[in-house]
Amino acid sequence: MKLDRVMEILDAKVYTDVAFDEIEINAACGADLMSDALAFGENKGLLLTGLNNPQCIRTAEMMDIHCVMLVRGKEPDEALVNLANEKSIVVMKTDYSMYSACGRLFEAGLPGGDV
Amino acid sequence: MPAEVLRQEYNVSADDFAAAGAASAAVKNTLKKLGFSPDFIRRTSIAMYEGEINMVIHGGGGVAEAEIAEDYVKITLTDHGPGIADINLAMQEGFSTASDTVRELGFGAGMGLPNIKKQSDDFSLTSEVGKGTVLTITIKS
Repeated sequence: MKLDRVMEILDAKVYTDVAFDEIEINAACGADLMSDALAFGENKGLLLTGLNNPQCIRTAEMMDIHCVMLVRGKEPDEALVNLANEKSIVVMKTDYSMYSACGRLFEAGLPGGDV
Repeated sequence: MPAEVLRQEYNVSADDFAAAGAASAAVKNTLKKLGFSPDFIRRTSIAMYEGEINMVIHGGGGVAEAEIAEDYVKITLTDHGPGIADINLAMQEGFSTASDTVRELGFGAGMGLPNIKKQSDDFSLTSEVGKGTVLTITIKS
């Protein structure tokens, strides 16, 4: 699924300057605890999280995850966005809850990854 | 891949949580430049990052060393923190002594050590209560 489709499904707002028109993701995982996310088996994925600090970007960096989606309307701070721009990771925000955001993407055909 | 063994050393500070992971990011960049495979880089990065976070949240900081050879990377993380009383218990998925503050920062799920072991080919964890902990892992390409 292309990232711009993810953005549309979740009515998301983008905070980074990273170009994402051509980015294709193959799976998503949802976690507030980063060690749970780090046990996620897929790369080229999307991380949905309520964790609004730079460690969600570090986690994405280590896992080759292209996009971090903050759920429940959490606005990222400048440090998070700066680190994401530096690492070429897209940061978006959706007002949907974790459950609803994951459900909408799953329903649209984006699978979860194996752990 | 390096023709000779390359050694890198980083100080890991416990004072700046936002900077935690910087050593792992630096090693990841080196591995990318050296042309290791994406899967190998990913396994090394995840294992080292989990270990680096442990040094910050449990170990009071320490030293991270990377030994990069043609067909393996060996990571040694040494801290002088409180140590681990029961290593077998610490290795169980879901077991954690992390505080609520650490959990609010996104860690302390009790998944770190098992995941480090899963990503590594060789894994050694030694610890002495009151003296500190040494984690040594090797990832083979």
